Amino acid sequence: MLSRVADSLYWMSRYLERAENTVRLLDVTMGLMLDTNNANDETRWQRMVAALGRPTKLAWSGSLQEMSRKLIFYQVDASSITFCISAARENARQVREEISSEQWQRLNRLYHHIHSPNAEAQFRSSVSEMLASVVDGIHLFKGTTDTTMIHGQGWQFIRLGRYLERAYATATLLEVFQPELFQQSAEERTGHLYLELVGLLRCCTSFEAYCQVYTADLSPDRILEFLLFNRDFPHAICYCVEGAREAIEAIQQSGGRRAPGELSAAVGKLHSMLIFTTIGEIIAGESAEFLHNIRAQCLHIHDLIYRYYVHYSIQSALSA
Amino acid sequence: MTAGHPVELESLFGDYPLDQAFDEMRAPNGEVRPQYRALAETLAGLPADELQRRKQSVDLAFLTQGITFTVYGRDEGTERIFPYDLLPRLVTAQEWDRIERGLTQRITALNLFLRDVYSDAKILNDKVIPRDLVYSCRHYRRQMRGLQVPRNVYIAVVGSDLLRLNNGEFVVLEDNLRVPSGVSYMLTNRRVMKRTFPQLFSSYGVRPIEHYPQVLLATLRSLAPEGRPEPNIVLLTPGVFNSAYFEHTYLARQMGIDLVEGRDLVTHDNIVYMRTTDGLKRVDVIYRRVDDDFSDPLVFRTDSSLGCSGLFNAYRAGNVTVANAFGTGLADDKAIYAFVPDMIRYYLNEDPNLPNVKTYLLSEAKERQHVLANLDKLVVKAVGESGGYGMLIGPQSTARQREEFARQIEANPRNYIAQPTLDFSRAPCLVDDRLEPRHVDLRPYILFGDKVNIVPGGLTRVALEKGSLVVNSSQGGGSKDTWVLE
Repeated sequence: MLSRVADSLYWMSRYLERAENTVRLLDVTMGLMLDTNNANDETRWQRMVAALGRPTKLAWSGSLQEMSRKLIFYQVDASSITFCISAARENARQVREEISSEQWQRLNRLYHHIHSPNAEAQFRSSVSEMLASVVDGIHLFKGTTDTTMIHGQGWQFIRLGRYLERAYATATLLEVFQPELFQQSAEERTGHLYLELVGLLRCCTSFEAYCQVYTADLSPDRILEFLLFNRDFPHAICYCVEGAREAIEAIQQSGGRRAPGELSAAVGKLHSMLIFTTIGEIIAGESAEFLHNIRAQCLHIHDLIYRYYVHYSIQSALSA
Repeated sequence: MTAGHPVELESLFGDYPLDQAFDEMRAPNGEVRPQYRALAETLAGLPADELQRRKQSVDLAFLTQGITFTVYGRDEGTERIFPYDLLPRLVTAQEWDRIERGLTQRITALNLFLRDVYSDAKILNDKVIPRDLVYSCRHYRRQMRGLQVPRNVYIAVVGSDLLRLNNGEFVVLEDNLRVPSGVSYMLTNRRVMKRTFPQLFSSYGVRPIEHYPQVLLATLRSLAPEGRPEPNIVLLTPGVFNSAYFEHTYLARQMGIDLVEGRDLVTHDNIVYMRTTDGLKRVDVIYRRVDDDFSDPLVFRTDSSLGCSGLFNAYRAGNVTVANAFGTGLADDKAIYAFVPDMIRYYLNEDPNLPNVKTYLLSEAKERQHVLANLDKLVVKAVGESGGYGMLIGPQSTARQREEFARQIEANPRNYIAQPTLDFSRAPCLVDDRLEPRHVDLRPYILFGDKVNIVPGGLTRVALEKGSLVVNSSQGGGSKDTWVLE
């Protein structure tokens, strides 16, 4: 597979995952603002923006409606949902011959939907419905990807992009939320904490999954354990890293000639760390540092993917 | 049939004008031509708004499938669907037979001409074509002199533009020997038409064109360098900002080959490689959709970043095939065009099956005088341009435009030719909910590998503006599906 094509598929997937993550965070934040007095609005908004993990020019203006409109439609800002979907489509457009027609049509429909006056009208009547329609579009694309595309190298790069982006996003989310959740003493925790915890879980679509594993008894430790270490839930970091690891192995097996041990080692190391660390060790130590470390390792893996598959030097390829 | 037109058909035609120009669907007396009768009956049988409804569903399909071109200079996201007319253009078996023989003959001669000019130049020594006309051509490539091209095929992919004159005969207006485009619209138009008029389509016995990508692939394969039994064939595109990018992706997907950009390619020891996730992979055949000028900054334009440095040397070494070859633009220069009938006689010893349009060479003093005196009746074209640019249409021009062109002609006569303003054929198009005549041409696509191969059909281009004579998509033209009948 052409390096440029792999690069585009990888970023197409990352941008879509990013759009979906942004939609969920926005939806949950708006829901939480309904339940509390407006005094906290700005703090919540800032926290959400921090959890997006990207610099944004969207300074709080005092109006949630206006802010959410910008976060959804404002094309110039790299954190907006429209920007992410446009970027995903632009990447897909550059590899039109690699993805199936069905995939392209799905993504194209989503793109035209969010640019259409309909989306704006939908936004005015119900923001939640509008956001739901975007998530629907993304889910349909993912389903179409899995059912209509050859599960070869290209598909593996799509998976790799999806899992790395998701692992990074979940780690960022936990890092932003953890001071509030874990540094309060038991008596400081009020009824609002329950809402906050539900919100945190819903940001990762994991409320129901959590309840199935731990019952509806919400505790910060268990939530952290679940989102870090669960090996069966697709939004848990451990699951994502495992997925990324599988994708990298599959890429190496399908190509063969370039099978860098360094990359396997990096992803294997992160995976082992997530499998063999216990929640007790983290709570006793520096949880923020642990989360930060996960993010750094994700970035390192990304760099290695680039060095070996996309921007390698010609000399290294000729001597191989 | 004539007496008993259903009312609907009459209202569909409305005050459809007929004059001396050839109408594809109706004879001068208003009668529907025999091959169009089934189509007319189908149209008449449809409910009033059905045509519009089908048109809208086609438009939507084009949009979601991304069959669009980008309108430059607007906001991001300004994409238009390629304008498209719902009614097919029909070509009878006899007409097609003549076109096919004519084009085969023409392309064979043009290829022999290129081979000759870039090697012994016999045709110049024999004074059939003036030497200075060839060597002053902007698209002549000195670097191609004495270079052996695989199987002596210079022009593997050709699109020739045909017009039908008042007497019903087809003539060749120009040949596109560099990077002709539009074939993806021919293929998608057909797919759409099959879905829109399934019964009509099957009742007509239309000859298939869907195998074009396979034939193109086989053509490219047949040109692979010696000793490469499993050649790696790629399509070289200028990239996503090119207006024909949709076509490049479409063809690459249909052929199952990689679509590469210049930045994907590297050369080492005169071998072209592409950068893949498995390392470097050798490239054997390049179907090139990048102009000569931009293909290799070491040999052609140094400021180009679209091509691949070292490509031409690898080509010269015989390690990679590039189709079309470099320097083929020489043979579609509009002044050289005037000599194609002479080429056919010279190389093949045959008379041309498809005539040329009368062409005045402005480098000849006598012809120049005549043209300058008659600028308001003639069409003047710059020789090296395509896509409808650099053109003066005499009868539709202002005195000032004519003065401007006269000055340019005097300054550089070699750069221009003139032709009579042609009254070429018109075909009915759906405009709002009625039929109106619009000028059409026909661009069949010719493939040349082991032998000349023309899929029966082509792109019928339509001048969508009322009365307009310009069919190019860059100038507001649209297209129709072309049905060649059994």
